Amino acid sequence: MPKTSPQEQDAALVAALRRGNADAFATLVDSHSPAMIRVALAYVPSRAAAEETVQETWIAVMRGVDAFEGRSSLKTWIFRILTNVAMRAGARERRSLPFSALAEAENTGEPSIDPDRFLPADHALFPGHWAIMPTRWPTPEEGLLAGETREVIAVAIAKLPAAQRTVIALRDVEGWSSEEVREALEISAGNQRILLHRARSRVRNAIEDYYGAVEEIDYDAVTAELMADTAEKETDSD
Amino acid sequence: MADQPVHSHAEAPACIEVVEIVTDYLEGALPPAGALRLERHLATCPGCTEYLEQLRAIAGSLRGVTDDSFPPELRDSLIADFPHLRNR
Repeated sequence: MPKTSPQEQDAALVAALRRGNADAFATLVDSHSPAMIRVALAYVPSRAAAEETVQETWIAVMRGVDAFEGRSSLKTWIFRILTNVAMRAGARERRSLPFSALAEAENTGEPSIDPDRFLPADHALFPGHWAIMPTRWPTPEEGLLAGETREVIAVAIAKLPAAQRTVIALRDVEGWSSEEVREALEISAGNQRILLHRARSRVRNAIEDYYGAVEEIDYDAVTAELMADTAEKETDSD
Repeated sequence: MADQPVHSHAEAPACIEVVEIVTDYLEGALPPAGALRLERHLATCPGCTEYLEQLRAIAGSLRGVTDDSFPPELRDSLIADFPHLRNR
């Protein structure tokens, strides 16, 4: 089978929708609806409202498909419609911030890791160095989603602020590219990375908490250990 | 190379800074000089290497961890309505 470009695939799909091909519509609904629910949840307060938003969006997509000009990808076009529908629904619930404003509100400059985990900035030898290293996780063959860690991760994602939750869900749970996320949510590359970083950091911290709480830190002992370690490495390289 | 300190702070970022830029690194968004400085730091820092690997593992293993599927009854009724949607 000859390989077709994404534009050609979109054009074929749009043509099928315009012809009234129900299978094409079903394929589209099945492939995009989960991500649409995730995005809708950033704007509306409940799962039920998000499902309703997705339903309304599909109706708008079908009614508007004749107007699709292919200037963006079909996916981006669908998610723009979703955003408009969700914003209107959010406005009824008095929650109608655009995604970029949600993102801005979550950008509090909070550190990824508790600063107490590092040696102080005025430390004579190793300022800002790990005092307590990241706790190692057992890495089962099946990866992080095996067993109870899966639940820990799911709970951590559910607890994230809306913009962070949406970005990690699209990037890491749905497997979208950064460009797709930026276009669908209309945010800058930098903002997308900040949200992704905060989200992944919080999930990491939740997994670390699950595997072993970090104990109180003895900075002097850490310094002594680092000095011994450094001396050893210098001896090795001589 | 022998004289190089384990952490050369004049050039390399400190660990507390590294943990804020690992996603930029994984996303290929650091400028080349910044990426090089980070890699030099990682070469001698097991803590930051572990941290980077943990974030990489998270990035690579969350596919399908939460299920946000569209309820089947809504999906089916939408598809049943499809011919009417096109004929308005």
